[in-house]
Amino acid sequence: MKEQLAKIRAEALSAFESAMDAAGLDALRIKYLGKKGELTAVLKQMGKLTAEERPAMGQLANDVRAALEQAVGTAARKLEEAALERRLQTETVDVTMPGAAPRQGHRHPMYIALDQIKEIFIGMGFEVLDGPEIELAELNFDRLNAEEGHPSRDWSDTFYFDADSRVMLRSQTSPMQVRAMDSRRPPIRIIAPGRVFRKDEVDATHSPMFHQVEGMVIDKGVTMADLKGTLSLVMEKLYGEGTVTRFRPHHFPFTEPSCEMDVQCHKCGGVGCPTCKGEGWIEILGAGMIHPRVLEMAGIDPEVYSGWAFGMGLERLAMRQFKIADLRLIFENDIRFLEQF
Amino acid sequence: MLLSRKWLNEFVKTDVSDREFDEAMTLSGSKVETTADLGAEISNVVVGKILSMERHPDSDHMWVCQLDVGQSAAVQIVTGAWNIHPGDFVPVALHKSTLPGGVKIEKGKLRGIPSNGMLCSLKELNLDERDFPYAAVTPAALLNDYKPIDPEKPSIPAGIAPGYKLFGSVAAARVDEVVPNADGSWQCRLSWAEQDGPGAGIADTQCQNIHAGDLVAFDTKAGTICTLAGLHAGQKEFPHCIPDGIFVLREEGIAPGDDIKPVINADDHVVEFEITPNRPDCLSVIGLAREVSATFHAPLTLHEPVVKGGGPGVLTELLDVETPDPELCPRYTARMVRNVKIAPSPKWMRERLRAMGVRPINNIVDITNYVMLEYGQPMHAFDYRYVKGGKIIVRRAKEGETLTTLDGNVRKLTPNMLVIADDTRAVGLAGVMGGENSEIVADTADVVFESANFDGTCIRKTALALGMRTEASAKFEKGLDPLNTLPAVDRACELVELLGAGEVVDGVIDILNRVPQPSVLKLEPEKINALLGTDVPAGEMVRILQSLSFQVEGDQVTVPSWRGDVLRMADLAEEVARFHGYNRIPVTLMRGQTTAGGYSKEQLLENRLGAICRSCGYSEIITYSFISPAYYDKIRMPADSPLRKSFKIMNPLGEDTSIMRTTTLPSMLEILTRNYNYRNKSVRLYELGRVYHLGGEDGLAVESKVLTLGAYGGMDFFSLKGAVEAILRELRVQDVHFEPCVDNPAYHPGRCACVYAGGDVAGVFGQIHPLAAKNYDVDAEFYCAELSFHALNLAQGSSPQYVPLPRFPAVTRDLALVCDEAVPVAKLEDCISRAAGKLLDQITLFDVYRGQGVPEGRKSVAFSLEFRAADRTLADDDVAPVLKNALAALEKELNATLR
Repeated sequence: MKEQLAKIRAEALSAFESAMDAAGLDALRIKYLGKKGELTAVLKQMGKLTAEERPAMGQLANDVRAALEQAVGTAARKLEEAALERRLQTETVDVTMPGAAPRQGHRHPMYIALDQIKEIFIGMGFEVLDGPEIELAELNFDRLNAEEGHPSRDWSDTFYFDADSRVMLRSQTSPMQVRAMDSRRPPIRIIAPGRVFRKDEVDATHSPMFHQVEGMVIDKGVTMADLKGTLSLVMEKLYGEGTVTRFRPHHFPFTEPSCEMDVQCHKCGGVGCPTCKGEGWIEILGAGMIHPRVLEMAGIDPEVYSGWAFGMGLERLAMRQFKIADLRLIFENDIRFLEQF
Repeated sequence: MLLSRKWLNEFVKTDVSDREFDEAMTLSGSKVETTADLGAEISNVVVGKILSMERHPDSDHMWVCQLDVGQSAAVQIVTGAWNIHPGDFVPVALHKSTLPGGVKIEKGKLRGIPSNGMLCSLKELNLDERDFPYAAVTPAALLNDYKPIDPEKPSIPAGIAPGYKLFGSVAAARVDEVVPNADGSWQCRLSWAEQDGPGAGIADTQCQNIHAGDLVAFDTKAGTICTLAGLHAGQKEFPHCIPDGIFVLREEGIAPGDDIKPVINADDHVVEFEITPNRPDCLSVIGLAREVSATFHAPLTLHEPVVKGGGPGVLTELLDVETPDPELCPRYTARMVRNVKIAPSPKWMRERLRAMGVRPINNIVDITNYVMLEYGQPMHAFDYRYVKGGKIIVRRAKEGETLTTLDGNVRKLTPNMLVIADDTRAVGLAGVMGGENSEIVADTADVVFESANFDGTCIRKTALALGMRTEASAKFEKGLDPLNTLPAVDRACELVELLGAGEVVDGVIDILNRVPQPSVLKLEPEKINALLGTDVPAGEMVRILQSLSFQVEGDQVTVPSWRGDVLRMADLAEEVARFHGYNRIPVTLMRGQTTAGGYSKEQLLENRLGAICRSCGYSEIITYSFISPAYYDKIRMPADSPLRKSFKIMNPLGEDTSIMRTTTLPSMLEILTRNYNYRNKSVRLYELGRVYHLGGEDGLAVESKVLTLGAYGGMDFFSLKGAVEAILRELRVQDVHFEPCVDNPAYHPGRCACVYAGGDVAGVFGQIHPLAAKNYDVDAEFYCAELSFHALNLAQGSSPQYVPLPRFPAVTRDLALVCDEAVPVAKLEDCISRAAGKLLDQITLFDVYRGQGVPEGRKSVAFSLEFRAADRTLADDDVAPVLKNALAALEKELNATLR
């Protein structure tokens, strides 16, 4: 009987190993381990053994069963793995073939640039305002200290809707400063993006319609140092930490002192290169402390309150960011252009 | 504004490099655009002296010259120019030199003869005769250079001998010797053969191209050598006798080997400033010198003009000035110069003018320009003999009055313009340009210098109306310092005396209609520091203000007369900030009460709409707000449509941008067409833009936003409708329905729908009418949607409320119905929904079929219905009666039966 068990064990182990598929293996399992299998047949002879022989033989029989069961399991796993392997083989695709593209629309690059600016200012507690594009000359000019006779009021520069030059297409977003001052009390922190219009013929750097974003802060004790700090921080958020800014004196009728802000050319680090036209600096925006006359005209006492304001061109910002060489592309709206952003 | 640094150095000395200068000036408020080094392109060009000249053995027109260029040995250079002589000083571009325009000179051989450089003409040094009038070349007609136009018929026979009679008293003569005269002309010894023996003569000439051995045309009667004009000959016949040649230098104190740059003023550096309109004082050398002095802490040396005077006559008897419109002419200052000798101005003056972009003309005109550049005060010089009645009247022009200005144009004037007139007529357009009728000309003997102050707005409007913005008007329009007129006119008279250009009459006519009062401000250092966020000591503020010629006494600051822009504390703060340094102002962040900030509800919706459109595959565009009125025709807008009432721009750039759009459709079609013409195959676009309607507050517009979609390529009506539905669904708009729109002329009457949201029209969409497409020369199907932002904003649903997910399975039934062609699917759906009641969870159209098996005029419409209950699994018994109900209703209401 011992020999029988050994034989079954050897035969079965070898048979399991050479099974070709799951069905074959199952047949072998039944053949050796089934109720009517060979091992059961041998065990049925246990009754013929002596009481002394029985435990040892029983132990041996159990060992053989355990070994066979384990071998069946191992063989089954192997076969499964092989089957999966074959399936994966047949399912393999050419990953270099193009994907099926979902149709996606694209944000216009000018608005991408504007969105960045808006996010930064909203994070600093600024409100975003919207206002009319057909505007009163009073708000676009007079209330901003650009009185009758200021060159920008000329018909050669600004579009008008009446012979009295009363109603016009706003030439800047700055009338939104006035509208903000007229509609709320300090502290005021606003930005106002939008379309502006100037009588410029279309060329690579000019368009009769373009976009600006205006910003303004009015509160007690606001200083030019705050202006510098805030706008420098905005530039760091826009162009990365460590972005170097500089402020130059300039002139705008509605700010005093006035300044322009440059950012050090990222390409050459200020040495001068074609990107910055050899200057080492790139002009970004105009700003200044709100002119006391402008505050007075809005009924805000300049002895109590002060403020700063800035304005920047958005197309230029986008053109710089995306290296767009020609402003006309912005308004041409060629889908091949738009899909790049 | 251009500034010569050499001129600047007369008032304030700075030794810094261009880069340092530009940076410091920019940071103190005078923005430098560029600095031009006038001699940047010139190198290794020196003064040379011609030692000897020989004709090139192998050429009919070249000379081989030996030159002293300050080196131990003479340098040999071959030239084709004929206007030079031994002893002349000329600019020599040596071996390995550079010239303007990137020209490089190296030694070489010219027809076998080594040449070690080049002799330069004016042009090759980027100069012209206005810079060096004496360098003009007048050529004689050299008969040995004659080339007949028609070789068959020469007007001078080949090989003529001296003595040959050309015409009249003109005959050929040989030049035996050329000797320079003291005045720069030449004396030529001539000889010729006559019938009865040799003839000889001597002729003085201005022509520089004559050398011993040449054959000239000598007018024996006049004793002169003929030029081309004298011979009635054309340039083609004498190809080398040209009014051009080498620049023969006649400068004092030059020696062989000297660098050419200082000789021709190419050692100057010219700075171009961007001067802001509040600082007209900086449109002058002196004004900028003040800024330079304050920027570099360098002393400013200004010069007080001194006029000797003593010219004949009494000024008040010679000249009378009236200013009947005093408000337009706050000050009029004039002086007179007599016995004027019009001549070119000296080199130093021409150089300075030219460096600053002004062309030298003659001494008197140059003086007025020089003073304008130096003092920033526009000046004008009249020829006194044309000031009729010795009277100058500064008055408004008469209606219809005309004046021919110096540029030769006839100007029609209006009473809004100010003229300088004599008794009878206008002689100049005040502050803009002089009149041709009183121009300084070669024989002008007596001159009136005008140095006036005019009303800036009047000058600006005049220049604008006449389209003639001049250097003078550009200055006046910004408002000039009325105290500047007197020093300026004195400076002009001083220069007249310095140049020996005439005799200045004693006295000044000076009419002061408005006496300017100095502006006095209170210096409040703590307020200035509070505005700037700085801690600048009061003493430093005083120092800065004084360096800019402000007078400070205690806390009283007197503003200089030329600083009309300084009116209050903030202006003083800017002066302090500029010279303390903007970049030394600390950097702080905002303090104080916080503000909420953020987007408004409308702005959030704008952002969402954009995001939805992009997720539907539509890309954003930006189009102009103004359009052409013809665009309304292109979209077939009826002639009486109220939408044709647009805001009209009075001064548009052109017809195409002349009215404010009341519809965005043409803008979108324009862009679709452009893309189509670019052969872009499939395009989906959107714009959230405004339209402008009449009737807003204060005469302004009602500006409404419109979401416009536009598409072509792989499109049909339902693709577009899908996008519109997606937008409405994402906004959770309730109560949406669509109705056919057959009467919008821009759209295909069978493929256009109105969309209703909450009972109101929210927009229209569909295929563009083929006739409208044709107006854009397009034969493709364009699809557009116009959705009102306002309506979408109103119809926007509230924030989503969670609905529990179904716990029990649905029962699905498909229904294929046959109904009349005219029955819309929406009616079938509506009917089923009503009849089926609340067990019907979803109804989905999945097929519409016409053809075999369906009678003519009928169609088969198939729906998939999903029934579901929230509390149990439905059985057949639940659904069957519901279906039966629905079918009954369909048959009764719509004559639709089960197929």
